[in-house]
Amino acid sequence: MSAGGAGPVAVLGTGMHPWGKWGRPFLEYGVAAAREALRDAGLAWTDVQFVVGADTIRNGYPGFVSGASYARALGWSGARVASCYAACASGAQALDIARTRILAGLCDVALVIGAEAAPKGFFKPVGGDRPDDPDWLRFRLLGATNPAYFALYARRRMALHGSTPADFAAVKVKNALAGSLNPMARYRKPVTAGEVAASPMVADPLRLMDICATSDGGAAVVLASEAFARRHATRFVRLAAVSTVTPTFPNTVLELPDFATDSRAAAAGPVRPFRAAIAHAAYEEAGVGPEDLSLAEVYDLSTALELDWMEDIGLCPPGGADKLLRDGATALGGRIPVNPSGGLASFGEAIPAQAIAQLCELTAQLRGRAGARQTADARVGLAANQGLFGHGSAIIATV
Amino acid sequence: MTYAIEGWFTVERDGARLLGTRCAECGTVCFPPRDGSCPDPRCAGTETEVVRLPRRGRVWSYTNACYPPPAPYVAAEPYEPVTLAAVELDEVGIVVLGQVEGLGVEQLAVGMELELTSGPLADGPLVWMWGRAS
Repeated sequence: MSAGGAGPVAVLGTGMHPWGKWGRPFLEYGVAAAREALRDAGLAWTDVQFVVGADTIRNGYPGFVSGASYARALGWSGARVASCYAACASGAQALDIARTRILAGLCDVALVIGAEAAPKGFFKPVGGDRPDDPDWLRFRLLGATNPAYFALYARRRMALHGSTPADFAAVKVKNALAGSLNPMARYRKPVTAGEVAASPMVADPLRLMDICATSDGGAAVVLASEAFARRHATRFVRLAAVSTVTPTFPNTVLELPDFATDSRAAAAGPVRPFRAAIAHAAYEEAGVGPEDLSLAEVYDLSTALELDWMEDIGLCPPGGADKLLRDGATALGGRIPVNPSGGLASFGEAIPAQAIAQLCELTAQLRGRAGARQTADARVGLAANQGLFGHGSAIIATV
Repeated sequence: MTYAIEGWFTVERDGARLLGTRCAECGTVCFPPRDGSCPDPRCAGTETEVVRLPRRGRVWSYTNACYPPPAPYVAAEPYEPVTLAAVELDEVGIVVLGQVEGLGVEQLAVGMELELTSGPLADGPLVWMWGRAS
Protein backbone atom coordinates (compact mmCIF):
# COMPACT_ATOMS: atom_id res chain seq x y z
CA MET A 1 0.00 0.00 0.00
CA SER A 2 3.02 2.24 0.25
CA ALA A 3 3.80 4.80 -2.45
CA GLY A 4 7.57 4.73 -2.54
CA GLY A 5 7.91 3.98 1.16
CA ALA A 6 9.66 0.94 2.53
CA GLY A 7 6.51 -0.51 4.09
CA PRO A 8 5.06 -0.53 7.56
CA VAL A 9 6.46 -1.72 10.86
CA ALA A 10 4.37 -3.26 13.62
CA VAL A 11 3.30 -1.53 16.82
CA LEU A 12 3.49 -4.41 19.29
CA GLY A 13 2.90 -2.55 22.52
CA THR A 14 2.22 0.87 24.00
CA GLY A 15 2.55 2.28 27.50
CA MET A 16 1.99 5.62 29.22
CA HIS A 17 2.59 7.19 32.59
CA PRO A 18 -0.41 9.44 33.40
CA TRP A 19 0.08 13.13 32.55
CA GLY A 20 0.09 15.52 35.49
CA LYS A 21 2.36 17.73 37.53
CA TRP A 22 3.87 15.02 39.69
CA GLY A 23 7.17 16.62 40.56
CA ARG A 24 9.18 13.43 40.00
CA PRO A 25 12.27 12.91 37.77
CA PHE A 26 11.47 12.39 34.07
CA LEU A 27 13.21 9.00 34.12
CA GLU A 28 10.51 7.60 36.42
CA TYR A 29 7.77 8.46 33.93
CA GLY A 30 9.72 7.07 30.98
CA VAL A 31 10.66 3.84 32.69
CA ALA A 32 7.07 3.28 33.88
CA ALA A 33 5.81 3.83 30.33
CA ALA A 34 8.52 1.52 28.91
CA ARG A 35 7.68 -1.30 31.31
CA GLU A 36 3.98 -0.96 30.44
CA ALA A 37 4.76 -1.02 26.69
CA LEU A 38 6.89 -4.15 27.09
CA ARG A 39 4.19 -5.85 29.18
CA ASP A 40 1.62 -4.89 26.53
CA ALA A 41 3.86 -6.35 23.81
CA GLY A 42 4.50 -9.52 25.78
CA LEU A 43 8.25 -8.96 25.57
CA ALA A 44 11.08 -8.58 28.07
CA TRP A 45 13.48 -5.62 28.18
CA THR A 46 16.24 -8.02 27.20
CA ASP A 47 14.36 -8.77 23.95
CA VAL A 48 14.85 -5.14 22.87
CA GLN A 49 17.71 -4.74 20.38
CA PHE A 50 17.51 -0.96 19.94
CA VAL A 51 16.28 1.70 22.35
CA VAL A 52 15.61 5.27 21.22
CA GLY A 53 15.00 8.15 23.61
CA ALA A 54 13.26 11.41 22.73
CA ASP A 55 15.27 13.98 24.65
CA THR A 56 14.15 16.53 27.21
CA ILE A 57 16.28 19.69 27.24
CA ARG A 58 15.07 20.88 30.65
CA ASN A 59 16.41 18.03 32.74
CA GLY A 60 20.18 18.23 32.48
CA TYR A 61 22.66 15.82 30.89
CA PRO A 62 20.52 12.68 31.42
CA GLY A 63 17.80 14.42 29.40
CA PHE A 64 20.19 15.05 26.48
CA VAL A 65 21.18 11.38 26.32
CA SER A 66 17.76 10.05 27.23
CA GLY A 67 18.09 6.79 25.29
CA ALA A 68 21.09 5.79 27.38
CA SER A 69 19.45 7.12 30.55
CA TYR A 70 16.47 4.83 30.01
CA ALA A 71 18.70 1.89 29.05
CA ARG A 72 20.69 2.30 32.23
CA ALA A 73 17.55 2.69 34.37
CA LEU A 74 16.11 -0.50 32.87
CA GLY A 75 19.48 -2.23 33.36
CA TRP A 76 22.35 -2.20 30.84
CA SER A 77 21.41 -4.93 28.39
CA GLY A 78 23.85 -4.33 25.55
CA ALA A 79 21.06 -2.95 23.32
CA ARG A 80 22.04 -0.36 20.75
CA VAL A 81 20.96 3.16 21.61
CA ALA A 82 20.07 6.52 20.08
CA SER A 83 18.77 9.80 21.45
CA CYS A 84 17.29 12.68 19.53
CA TYR A 85 15.82 16.11 20.02
CA ALA A 86 13.42 17.74 17.56
CA ALA A 87 11.29 20.03 19.75
CA CYS A 88 7.64 18.95 19.68
CA ALA A 89 8.45 16.38 16.98
CA SER A 90 11.09 14.65 19.15
CA GLY A 91 8.89 11.63 19.79
CA ALA A 92 8.06 11.21 16.12
CA GLN A 93 11.71 11.48 15.10
CA ALA A 94 12.56 8.85 17.72
CA LEU A 95 9.89 6.61 16.17
CA ASP A 96 11.33 7.29 12.72
CA ILE A 97 14.86 6.40 13.81
CA ALA A 98 13.60 3.13 15.29
CA ARG A 99 11.48 2.24 12.29
CA THR A 100 14.19 2.95 9.73
CA ARG A 101 16.62 0.68 11.57
CA ILE A 102 13.95 -2.03 11.57
CA LEU A 103 13.15 -1.46 7.88
CA ALA A 104 16.85 -1.58 7.05
CA GLY A 105 16.90 -5.07 8.51
CA LEU A 106 19.35 -4.08 11.25
CA CYS A 107 17.04 -5.08 14.11
CA ASP A 108 13.66 -6.70 14.76
CA VAL A 109 12.54 -5.11 18.03
CA ALA A 110 12.95 -1.49 19.11
CA LEU A 111 11.69 0.43 22.13
CA VAL A 112 10.94 4.17 21.82
CA ILE A 113 10.57 6.25 24.99
CA GLY A 114 9.84 9.91 25.70
CA ALA A 115 9.19 11.61 29.02
CA GLU A 116 9.17 15.12 30.45
CA ALA A 117 9.29 16.76 33.84
CA ALA A 118 8.08 20.27 32.94
CA PRO A 119 8.64 23.53 34.78
CA LYS A 120 5.67 25.63 35.88
CA GLY A 121 4.31 28.54 33.84
CA PHE A 122 5.36 29.89 30.43
CA PHE A 123 8.08 27.94 28.72
CA LYS A 124 11.15 30.14 28.88
CA PRO A 125 14.48 29.76 27.14
CA VAL A 126 17.28 27.71 28.64
CA GLY A 127 19.27 29.99 30.98
CA GLY A 128 22.34 32.12 30.31
CA ASP A 129 23.03 35.18 28.18
CA ARG A 130 22.75 33.88 24.61
CA PRO A 131 22.14 36.63 22.03
CA ASP A 132 22.95 34.21 19.17
CA ASP A 133 19.95 32.05 20.07
CA PRO A 134 16.70 33.28 18.48
CA ASP A 135 14.72 31.47 21.19
CA TRP A 136 16.51 33.59 23.82
CA LEU A 137 16.34 36.77 21.74
CA ARG A 138 12.60 36.70 21.12
CA PHE A 139 12.05 36.83 24.87
CA ARG A 140 14.75 39.44 25.43
CA LEU A 141 13.75 41.84 22.64
CA LEU A 142 10.00 41.32 22.35
CA GLY A 143 8.71 39.32 25.32
CA ALA A 144 7.22 37.00 22.70
CA THR A 145 6.09 33.86 24.56
CA ASN A 146 4.75 30.72 22.86
CA PRO A 147 1.12 31.77 23.55
CA ALA A 148 1.86 35.06 21.74
CA TYR A 149 2.54 33.13 18.53
CA PHE A 150 -0.55 30.93 19.05
CA ALA A 151 -2.55 34.14 19.48
CA LEU A 152 -1.17 35.61 16.24
CA TYR A 153 -2.42 32.52 14.38
CA ALA A 154 -5.79 32.73 16.16
CA ARG A 155 -6.30 36.41 15.31
CA ARG A 156 -5.23 35.78 11.72
CA ARG A 157 -7.79 32.96 11.51
CA MET A 158 -10.51 35.27 12.83
CA ALA A 159 -9.65 37.85 10.17
CA LEU A 160 -9.35 35.36 7.27
CA HIS A 161 -12.10 32.88 8.07
CA GLY A 162 -14.46 34.61 10.48
CA SER A 163 -13.77 32.25 13.39
CA THR A 164 -14.93 33.57 16.75
CA PRO A 165 -13.85 33.10 20.37
CA ALA A 166 -17.01 30.97 20.72
CA ASP A 167 -15.63 28.58 18.07
CA PHE A 168 -12.36 28.35 19.98
CA ALA A 169 -14.22 27.65 23.22
CA ALA A 170 -16.18 24.89 21.47
CA VAL A 171 -12.89 23.12 20.71
CA LYS A 172 -12.02 23.18 24.41
CA VAL A 173 -15.46 21.89 25.41
CA LYS A 174 -15.17 19.02 22.91
CA ASN A 175 -11.63 18.06 23.94
CA ALA A 176 -12.33 18.36 27.67
CA LEU A 177 -15.24 15.96 27.29
CA ALA A 178 -13.01 13.41 25.53
CA GLY A 179 -10.26 13.94 28.10
CA SER A 180 -12.71 13.32 30.95
CA LEU A 181 -12.95 9.77 29.61
CA ASN A 182 -9.18 9.20 29.35
CA PRO A 183 -7.43 7.88 32.48
CA MET A 184 -4.04 9.08 31.13
CA ALA A 185 -5.17 12.74 30.77
CA ARG A 186 -4.17 15.37 33.30
CA TYR A 187 -7.44 17.36 33.14
CA ARG A 188 -10.43 15.08 33.50
CA LYS A 189 -13.26 17.49 34.16
CA PRO A 190 -15.77 18.51 31.48
CA VAL A 191 -15.66 22.24 30.74
CA THR A 192 -18.39 24.65 29.60
CA ALA A 193 -18.08 27.44 27.03
CA GLY A 194 -18.92 29.86 29.82
CA GLU A 195 -15.95 28.67 31.85
CA VAL A 196 -13.63 29.21 28.86
CA ALA A 197 -15.03 32.72 28.30
CA ALA A 198 -14.61 33.54 32.00
CA SER A 199 -10.98 32.42 32.15
CA PRO A 200 -8.38 35.22 32.11
CA MET A 201 -7.13 36.65 28.82
CA VAL A 202 -3.49 35.60 28.30
CA ALA A 203 -2.68 36.67 24.75
CA ASP A 204 -5.62 38.31 23.03
CA PRO A 205 -7.80 36.64 21.65
CA LEU A 206 -6.71 33.53 23.59
CA ARG A 207 -7.73 32.92 27.19
CA LEU A 208 -6.13 30.65 29.72
CA MET A 209 -8.43 27.75 28.82
CA ASP A 210 -7.67 28.15 25.09
CA ILE A 211 -3.97 27.45 25.70
CA CYS A 212 -2.42 24.11 26.55
CA ALA A 213 -0.53 23.70 29.80
CA THR A 214 2.91 22.15 30.27
CA SER A 215 2.86 18.74 31.90
CA ASP A 216 4.83 15.84 33.24
CA GLY A 217 4.23 12.55 31.46
CA GLY A 218 5.82 9.60 29.72
CA ALA A 219 4.98 7.40 26.74
CA ALA A 220 6.64 4.40 25.12
CA VAL A 221 6.06 2.15 22.13
CA VAL A 222 7.51 -1.22 21.12
CA LEU A 223 8.04 -1.42 17.35
CA ALA A 224 8.93 -4.59 15.47
CA SER A 225 9.47 -5.84 11.95
CA GLU A 226 6.36 -7.30 10.32
CA ALA A 227 8.05 -10.70 10.13
CA PHE A 228 8.79 -10.69 13.86
CA ALA A 229 5.29 -9.41 14.61
CA ARG A 230 3.64 -12.19 12.62
CA ARG A 231 5.58 -14.79 14.61
CA HIS A 232 4.75 -13.09 17.88
CA ALA A 233 1.17 -11.83 17.61
CA THR A 234 -2.01 -12.60 15.70
CA ARG A 235 -3.13 -8.96 15.25
CA PHE A 236 -1.13 -5.78 15.38
CA VAL A 237 -1.37 -2.16 14.35
CA ARG A 238 0.93 -0.97 11.57
CA LEU A 239 2.93 2.24 11.59
CA ALA A 240 2.56 3.06 7.89
CA ALA A 241 4.21 6.49 7.67
CA VAL A 242 6.34 8.94 9.61
CA SER A 243 6.79 12.35 8.01
CA THR A 244 9.37 14.74 9.44
CA VAL A 245 9.76 17.16 6.53
CA THR A 246 11.19 20.66 6.98
CA PRO A 247 9.56 23.83 5.61
CA THR A 248 10.04 24.87 1.99
CA PHE A 249 11.38 28.32 1.04
CA PRO A 250 9.83 30.84 1.06
CA ASN A 251 7.97 30.07 4.30
CA THR A 252 5.53 32.96 4.58
CA VAL A 253 3.96 31.96 7.91
CA LEU A 254 5.63 33.39 11.03
CA GLU A 255 6.95 30.35 12.92
CA LEU A 256 8.18 29.98 16.50
CA PRO A 257 10.67 31.27 17.55
CA ASP A 258 11.29 33.46 14.47
CA PHE A 259 11.27 37.25 14.22
CA ALA A 260 10.24 37.24 10.59
CA THR A 261 9.09 35.16 7.64
CA ASP A 262 10.88 34.62 4.36
CA SER A 263 10.25 37.19 1.67
CA ARG A 264 7.02 36.64 -0.23
CA ALA A 265 8.55 38.58 -3.11
CA ALA A 266 11.57 36.32 -3.41
CA ALA A 267 10.25 33.35 -5.32
CA ALA A 268 7.06 31.47 -6.01
CA GLY A 269 5.72 30.09 -2.73
CA PRO A 270 5.70 26.40 -1.93
CA VAL A 271 2.81 24.29 -3.19
CA ARG A 272 1.78 23.68 0.42
CA PRO A 273 2.35 25.65 3.60
CA PHE A 274 4.49 23.88 6.19
CA ARG A 275 1.83 22.18 8.29
CA ALA A 276 -0.03 20.94 5.22
CA ALA A 277 3.25 19.68 3.75
CA ILE A 278 3.94 17.68 6.91
CA ALA A 279 0.64 15.81 6.56
CA HIS A 280 0.90 15.48 2.79
CA ALA A 281 4.23 13.65 3.02
CA ALA A 282 2.70 11.17 5.45
CA TYR A 283 -0.28 10.54 3.17
CA GLU A 284 2.07 9.95 0.23
CA GLU A 285 4.17 7.52 2.21
CA ALA A 286 1.20 5.54 3.52
CA GLY A 287 -0.67 5.62 0.21
CA VAL A 288 -3.84 6.94 1.82
CA GLY A 289 -5.65 10.29 1.83
CA PRO A 290 -7.67 12.39 4.25
CA GLU A 291 -10.86 10.65 3.09
CA ASP A 292 -9.50 7.35 4.45
CA LEU A 293 -9.04 8.60 8.02
CA SER A 294 -11.14 7.19 10.85
CA LEU A 295 -9.75 9.70 13.36
CA ALA A 296 -6.98 12.24 13.83
CA GLU A 297 -4.85 13.52 16.69
CA VAL A 298 -3.59 17.05 16.01
CA TYR A 299 -1.44 19.44 18.03
CA ASP A 300 -3.92 21.74 19.75
CA LEU A 301 -1.35 23.98 21.43
CA SER A 302 -4.31 26.34 21.34
CA THR A 303 -7.98 25.73 20.63
CA ALA A 304 -7.74 27.86 17.49
CA LEU A 305 -4.80 25.87 16.20
CA GLU A 306 -6.89 22.68 16.16
CA LEU A 307 -9.10 24.36 13.55
CA ASP A 308 -6.04 25.27 11.43
CA TRP A 309 -4.76 21.70 11.69
CA MET A 310 -8.09 20.24 10.51
CA GLU A 311 -7.62 22.16 7.26
CA ASP A 312 -3.90 21.42 7.05
CA ILE A 313 -4.48 17.66 7.22
CA GLY A 314 -7.14 17.95 4.54
CA LEU A 315 -10.33 17.25 6.49
CA CYS A 316 -11.87 20.32 4.82
CA PRO A 317 -10.79 23.28 2.69
CA PRO A 318 -9.28 26.37 4.39
CA GLY A 319 -12.03 28.10 6.37
CA GLY A 320 -14.18 24.99 6.64
CA ALA A 321 -13.07 23.75 10.07
CA ASP A 322 -15.46 25.87 12.12
CA LYS A 323 -18.47 24.35 10.38
CA LEU A 324 -17.19 20.77 10.82
CA LEU A 325 -16.70 21.53 14.50
CA ARG A 326 -20.15 23.10 14.91
CA ASP A 327 -21.76 20.16 13.12
CA GLY A 328 -20.19 17.79 15.65
CA ALA A 329 -18.21 15.93 12.99
CA THR A 330 -15.01 16.06 15.04
CA ALA A 331 -16.54 15.10 18.41
CA LEU A 332 -16.49 11.58 19.82
CA GLY A 333 -19.03 9.62 17.78
CA GLY A 334 -18.80 12.15 14.93
CA ARG A 335 -17.85 11.38 11.34
CA ILE A 336 -14.14 12.08 11.92
CA PRO A 337 -13.22 12.47 15.60
CA VAL A 338 -10.33 14.90 16.13
CA ASN A 339 -8.32 14.52 19.32
CA PRO A 340 -10.39 11.66 20.75
CA SER A 341 -7.66 11.38 23.41
CA GLY A 342 -8.69 14.80 24.71
CA GLY A 343 -5.71 16.39 22.98
CA LEU A 344 -3.25 18.82 24.49
CA ALA A 345 -6.27 20.60 25.99
CA SER A 346 -6.67 17.65 28.36
CA PHE A 347 -3.05 16.50 28.60
CA GLY A 348 -0.91 19.61 28.58
CA GLU A 349 2.31 19.29 26.62
CA ALA A 350 5.01 16.88 27.80
CA ILE A 351 7.23 17.69 24.82
CA PRO A 352 9.27 14.55 24.07
CA ALA A 353 6.45 12.24 25.13
CA GLN A 354 3.65 13.90 23.20
CA ALA A 355 4.12 12.51 19.70
CA ILE A 356 4.60 9.03 21.19
CA ALA A 357 1.40 9.51 23.22
CA GLN A 358 -0.37 10.39 19.98
CA LEU A 359 0.68 7.00 18.55
CA CYS A 360 -0.52 5.34 21.77
CA GLU A 361 -3.97 6.85 21.16
CA LEU A 362 -4.03 5.83 17.48
CA THR A 363 -3.04 2.31 18.50
CA ALA A 364 -5.73 2.10 21.22
CA GLN A 365 -8.35 3.26 18.72
CA LEU A 366 -7.20 0.89 15.95
CA ARG A 367 -7.15 -2.03 18.39
CA GLY A 368 -10.67 -1.17 19.55
CA ARG A 369 -9.42 -0.66 23.11
CA ALA A 370 -10.26 3.02 23.59
CA GLY A 371 -13.26 2.35 25.85
CA ALA A 372 -15.77 5.19 26.03
CA ARG A 373 -13.63 7.15 23.52
CA GLN A 374 -13.72 4.40 20.90
CA THR A 375 -14.21 5.38 17.26
CA ALA A 376 -16.41 2.75 15.60
CA ASP A 377 -14.55 0.50 13.14
CA ALA A 378 -11.36 2.60 13.25
CA ARG A 379 -9.01 1.54 10.45
CA VAL A 380 -6.68 4.49 9.70
CA GLY A 381 -5.47 7.21 12.07
CA LEU A 382 -3.22 10.23 11.57
CA ALA A 383 -1.37 12.20 14.24
CA ALA A 384 0.37 15.51 13.54
CA ASN A 385 2.40 18.09 15.42
CA GLN A 386 4.64 21.09 14.93
CA GLY A 387 7.31 22.65 17.08
CA LEU A 388 10.11 25.18 17.10
CA PHE A 389 12.89 25.57 14.52
CA GLY A 390 11.18 23.95 11.54
CA HIS A 391 10.26 20.72 13.25
CA GLY A 392 7.01 18.94 12.67
CA SER A 393 5.76 15.45 12.14
CA ALA A 394 2.85 13.39 10.99
CA ILE A 395 2.41 9.67 11.48
CA ILE A 396 -0.17 7.35 10.01
CA ALA A 397 -1.18 4.07 11.63
CA THR A 398 -3.44 1.44 10.11
CA VAL A 399 -4.99 -1.86 11.17
CA MET B 1 21.13 55.30 23.22
CA THR B 2 22.22 51.69 23.27
CA TYR B 3 20.61 49.33 20.79
CA ALA B 4 19.22 46.12 22.31
CA ILE B 5 20.76 44.31 19.33
CA GLU B 6 23.42 45.54 16.90
CA GLY B 7 22.91 45.46 13.15
CA TRP B 8 19.19 44.67 13.03
CA PHE B 9 17.89 48.25 12.88
CA THR B 10 19.09 51.80 12.81
CA VAL B 11 17.59 55.06 14.01
CA GLU B 12 18.32 57.91 11.62
CA ARG B 13 17.24 61.52 11.30
CA ASP B 14 14.09 60.54 9.40
CA GLY B 15 13.15 57.63 11.65
CA ALA B 16 13.85 53.97 12.35
CA ARG B 17 14.69 51.44 9.65
CA LEU B 18 15.07 47.68 9.86
CA LEU B 19 18.30 46.37 8.34
CA GLY B 20 18.13 43.26 6.20
CA THR B 21 20.48 41.54 3.82
CA ARG B 22 20.18 41.08 0.08
CA CYS B 23 21.77 38.16 -1.73
CA ALA B 24 24.23 39.51 -4.31
CA GLU B 25 23.51 36.53 -6.55
CA CYS B 26 19.70 36.41 -6.72
CA GLY B 27 18.50 39.52 -4.86
CA THR B 28 16.55 37.69 -2.15
CA VAL B 29 16.07 40.00 0.82
CA CYS B 30 15.79 38.70 4.36
CA PHE B 31 15.41 39.82 7.94
CA PRO B 32 17.07 39.41 10.41
CA PRO B 33 20.34 40.05 8.54
CA ARG B 34 22.02 36.85 7.49
CA ASP B 35 25.64 36.06 6.67
CA GLY B 36 27.13 33.38 4.53
CA SER B 37 24.34 31.89 2.47
CA CYS B 38 21.17 32.81 0.64
CA PRO B 39 17.97 31.43 2.23
CA ASP B 40 16.75 30.29 -1.20
CA PRO B 41 17.90 26.63 -1.48
CA ARG B 42 18.19 26.96 -5.27
CA CYS B 43 20.71 29.82 -4.96
CA ALA B 44 24.36 29.13 -4.18
CA GLY B 45 25.07 32.78 -3.35
CA THR B 46 27.27 33.46 -0.35
CA GLU B 47 27.74 37.22 -0.64
CA THR B 48 25.21 39.51 1.00
CA GLU B 49 24.86 43.26 1.33
CA VAL B 50 23.05 45.14 4.08
CA VAL B 51 19.91 46.96 2.94
CA ARG B 52 17.42 49.28 4.64
CA LEU B 53 13.96 47.71 4.55
CA PRO B 54 10.73 49.57 3.74
CA ARG B 55 9.41 51.45 6.77
CA ARG B 56 5.76 50.64 6.26
CA GLY B 57 3.66 47.55 6.06
CA ARG B 58 0.30 46.04 6.85
CA VAL B 59 -0.69 44.09 9.95
CA TRP B 60 -0.57 40.32 9.31
CA SER B 61 -1.76 39.64 12.85
CA TYR B 62 -1.45 41.02 16.37
CA THR B 63 -1.83 40.10 20.04
CA ASN B 64 -0.70 41.22 23.46
CA ALA B 65 0.99 39.80 26.56
CA CYS B 66 -1.47 40.18 29.43
CA TYR B 67 1.04 38.72 31.90
CA PRO B 68 4.69 39.77 32.26
CA PRO B 69 6.83 37.59 29.95
CA PRO B 70 9.57 35.58 31.70
CA ALA B 71 13.29 36.45 31.74
CA PRO B 72 15.35 37.38 29.83
CA TYR B 73 12.53 39.87 29.14
CA VAL B 74 12.66 42.72 31.63
CA ALA B 75 9.07 43.69 32.41
CA ALA B 76 8.15 47.22 33.45
CA GLU B 77 6.79 47.67 36.97
CA PRO B 78 3.94 48.17 37.30
CA TYR B 79 3.36 45.94 34.29
CA GLU B 80 1.27 47.17 31.39
CA PRO B 81 0.31 44.59 28.71
CA VAL B 82 2.75 44.71 25.80
CA THR B 83 1.14 44.77 22.35
CA LEU B 84 2.78 42.73 19.57
CA ALA B 85 2.17 42.99 15.85
CA ALA B 86 3.43 40.96 12.90
CA VAL B 87 3.60 43.35 9.98
CA GLU B 88 4.09 42.43 6.31
CA LEU B 89 6.55 44.95 4.93
CA ASP B 90 5.68 46.70 1.68
CA GLU B 91 7.60 45.59 -1.45
CA VAL B 92 9.70 42.83 0.14
CA GLY B 93 6.74 40.93 1.64
CA ILE B 94 8.56 39.94 4.83
CA VAL B 95 6.39 39.64 7.96
CA VAL B 96 8.29 41.13 10.93
CA LEU B 97 7.25 40.78 14.57
CA GLY B 98 7.66 43.72 16.90
CA GLN B 99 6.24 45.42 19.93
CA VAL B 100 3.68 48.12 19.19
CA GLU B 101 4.14 51.59 20.60
CA GLY B 102 1.09 53.57 21.67
CA LEU B 103 -1.63 51.22 20.37
CA GLY B 104 -3.58 48.48 22.16
CA VAL B 105 -5.12 45.41 20.56
CA GLU B 106 -8.52 47.13 20.45
CA GLN B 107 -7.01 49.79 18.16
CA LEU B 108 -5.45 47.30 15.71
CA ALA B 109 -6.88 45.35 12.81
CA VAL B 110 -5.47 42.85 10.32
CA GLY B 111 -4.57 44.78 7.16
CA MET B 112 -4.04 48.12 8.95
CA GLU B 113 -0.99 50.15 7.91
CA LEU B 114 1.77 50.66 10.51
CA GLU B 115 5.15 52.35 10.35
CA LEU B 116 8.43 51.45 11.99
CA THR B 117 9.57 53.39 15.01
CA SER B 118 11.73 52.56 17.99
CA GLY B 119 11.45 52.71 21.73
CA PRO B 120 13.22 51.65 24.90
CA LEU B 121 12.82 48.33 26.70
CA ALA B 122 12.06 48.64 30.42
CA ASP B 123 15.77 48.41 31.28
CA GLY B 124 16.82 51.01 28.72
CA PRO B 125 18.16 49.67 25.41
CA LEU B 126 16.35 50.58 22.19
CA VAL B 127 14.42 48.11 20.12
CA TRP B 128 12.45 48.49 16.88
CA MET B 129 8.71 48.92 17.38
CA TRP B 130 5.63 49.34 15.24
CA GLY B 131 3.72 52.59 15.50
CA ARG B 132 0.85 54.48 13.93
CA ALA B 133 1.54 55.33 10.27
CA SER B 134 2.25 59.03 9.91
